[in-house]
Amino acid sequence: MNKIVGKEYLSEKIVKLEVEAPLIAKSRRAGHFVIVRIGEKGERIPYTIASSDIEKGTITLVIQLVGKSSQKICELQVGDYITDLVGPLGNATHIEKYGTVVCAGGGVGIAPMLPIIEAMSKAGNKVIAVLAARTKELVILEDQVREFANEVIVTTDDGSYGEKGLITDGVEKIIKREKVDLCVTIGPAVMMKFVALLTEKYKVPTMASLNTIMVDGTGMCGACRVTVAGETKFVCVDGPEFDAHKVDFDEMMIRLKAYK
Amino acid sequence: MLSEEYLKAERSASWREELRKTIKTKDRIQLTRVVMSSVDPKVRSRNYQEVNMGLTAEQAVAEARRCLDCVNPTCITGCPVEINIPKFIKNIERGEFLEAAKTLKETSALPAVCGRVCPQEHQCEKQCFYVQKLNKPSVAIGHLERFAADYERESKNIAIPEIEIANGIKVAVIGSGPAGLSFAGDMAKKGFDVTVYEALHELGGVLRYGIPEFRLPNNIVKIEIEVLAKMGVKFMTNCIIGKTISHEDLLEMGFKGIFVGSGAGLPHFMHIPGENLNGVMSCNEYLTRVNLMDAANPESETPVWRGKNVAVIGGGNTAMDAVRTALRLGAEKAMIVYRRSEEEMPARLEEVHHAKEEGIEFFNLHNPLKYEGDEKGCVKRMLLQRMELGEPDSSGRRRPSPIEGDTVWMDVDQVIVSVGVSPNPLIPSTFKGLEITKWGTIVVNCDTMQSAQHEVYAGGDIVRGGATVILAMGDGRKAAKGMSEALLAK
Repeated sequence: MNKIVGKEYLSEKIVKLEVEAPLIAKSRRAGHFVIVRIGEKGERIPYTIASSDIEKGTITLVIQLVGKSSQKICELQVGDYITDLVGPLGNATHIEKYGTVVCAGGGVGIAPMLPIIEAMSKAGNKVIAVLAARTKELVILEDQVREFANEVIVTTDDGSYGEKGLITDGVEKIIKREKVDLCVTIGPAVMMKFVALLTEKYKVPTMASLNTIMVDGTGMCGACRVTVAGETKFVCVDGPEFDAHKVDFDEMMIRLKAYK
Repeated sequence: MLSEEYLKAERSASWREELRKTIKTKDRIQLTRVVMSSVDPKVRSRNYQEVNMGLTAEQAVAEARRCLDCVNPTCITGCPVEINIPKFIKNIERGEFLEAAKTLKETSALPAVCGRVCPQEHQCEKQCFYVQKLNKPSVAIGHLERFAADYERESKNIAIPEIEIANGIKVAVIGSGPAGLSFAGDMAKKGFDVTVYEALHELGGVLRYGIPEFRLPNNIVKIEIEVLAKMGVKFMTNCIIGKTISHEDLLEMGFKGIFVGSGAGLPHFMHIPGENLNGVMSCNEYLTRVNLMDAANPESETPVWRGKNVAVIGGGNTAMDAVRTALRLGAEKAMIVYRRSEEEMPARLEEVHHAKEEGIEFFNLHNPLKYEGDEKGCVKRMLLQRMELGEPDSSGRRRPSPIEGDTVWMDVDQVIVSVGVSPNPLIPSTFKGLEITKWGTIVVNCDTMQSAQHEVYAGGDIVRGGATVILAMGDGRKAAKGMSEALLAK
């Protein structure tokens, strides 16, 4: 049982929860995720860790309300408990000094991008963040991103905030302007697919952090499998980050609909 | 090893001497072996009720009379945890059922589990005098074990094994499956301070997520674990050693010994076209959803695929569990697709027999080549290669080879791949100082179960790569002996 000690709405349907988990707070790195279960009939759902506070012994999760399970988590209040929380899972993001790194986060994918932006910046990279959302109120965590990123470009589909356009417009603008050594992308599968197609065209190495269906999250079930460079990989233990140019996003999108 | 003197002393107890005299050996061997009743296949294949119904007290006593209480009880040599088999059976014969259960618990942490899932026909029962010398069916040791354990549990008079005075030495157990529980039980008895770490949110490992309710009810596992808790074993769920807590953390926390029983959780796939279509899944995924997450229950939020034409690929016990589960989840046609013949099937005979009774179809000597999906990416049919058997291979089973050009398409809307598992790589990849084989198993001294890293011991599937509950339990016992001797010698 893990107690919720902080709750904040980042938008109408995106909630930020701060949860007591001292062991995870201590051992987690950028890119790690946890599995959460609410209630005895609840399902196990993976969420990437957005940040942690070792002194307070807490981790932060950013959750978008999309279905029954996320709704149950979003309804929890400060003082309530998460029934089961396990992690940190997956491999941490490989952090080193690449040079210029573009971090392209879409929608709620901005949250897991935050610790990567921080770590890449601390490793001495020039970090340019591209934050994309459908509309202004879905652009989250912009202030926190600005703390670590050298530059922030915001795009919205409807033009209500930042530049009107898609995430790929923002990324392409940077690539055309300067040499980019690495691109990291997190967001909906279809968005990552188009970011990957774009950066492949410009031969910019790109990592995508995948969020697939999982049950145990420790390599036991294989529900999360994806095809990378023609081989089947498990997102939970082989990932969650992969070379975006080699991921079969079309297959991944179909697999995400397995239970819909 | 149980010492000869101990066995002799137990056998010469006056009650046993008298009991032996009550019926002449030549009359005992004329008795016929009991048959355990099972629920009508038509009824059980549509619910989750346990299939085997256990023995009545009368049946158990009658069966116990068949046991000759041999001078040299060879049956014990067939038991990986060395249960004092004649002692518990003779206790049943004289009506001391609780004493029988206590005898089981002298060496086994999970008797009600073993009485259900052990392949006794290849172990204790195979070594029974009736089989060895009389060419008759063995004493039904497994059925009797189950009877004694169930009797004790249902009597609510559950004995807690005696515990030696606490020695204050902390030991950690990684994984709450059969290897870890068996180790934990023995170490607790020896007075150690034992903490078991489990990655999932429920205890029991494969007993919980893998073996279905109709073969091993969850409640039975739960109660056996409660006994361990009463013996002072501490349990921590949702904790992944190597992730949440590291090897170094454990040493810093004061653990002097670590037992790794993390199992073989990684499912194999065949890497054939179409295997990532929706509706194709590992047996682990399918069984975990149903057993651990209770997905068949409408109140559970975890979904599960419910195919009408379900094919399970493989011929092991897990494949039988999966295919029989599919039937219970509403499959109209549930089938086993296995590349060898029934003779080579690794599943227990009893499981194959039960599956057939329930109407499972067997496509032996068939092997999938590829799967095809519909426009939504869901599997709709599979291409099967017909096989024939050649010369025996390294496993001693006849090697299957394809019959050139002989293939057949079959309509399916769900495929469950049950072709083996590998050790979970978490511990091998995060613990320092271990020696790991190319199959990902941990190398140990086979007498003490000690690894190349002196404080780390291991057993069960992380060492064997995919075996049985009882072999894992035997390893746990051996490791407990090895580790306790090493730690107490210091």
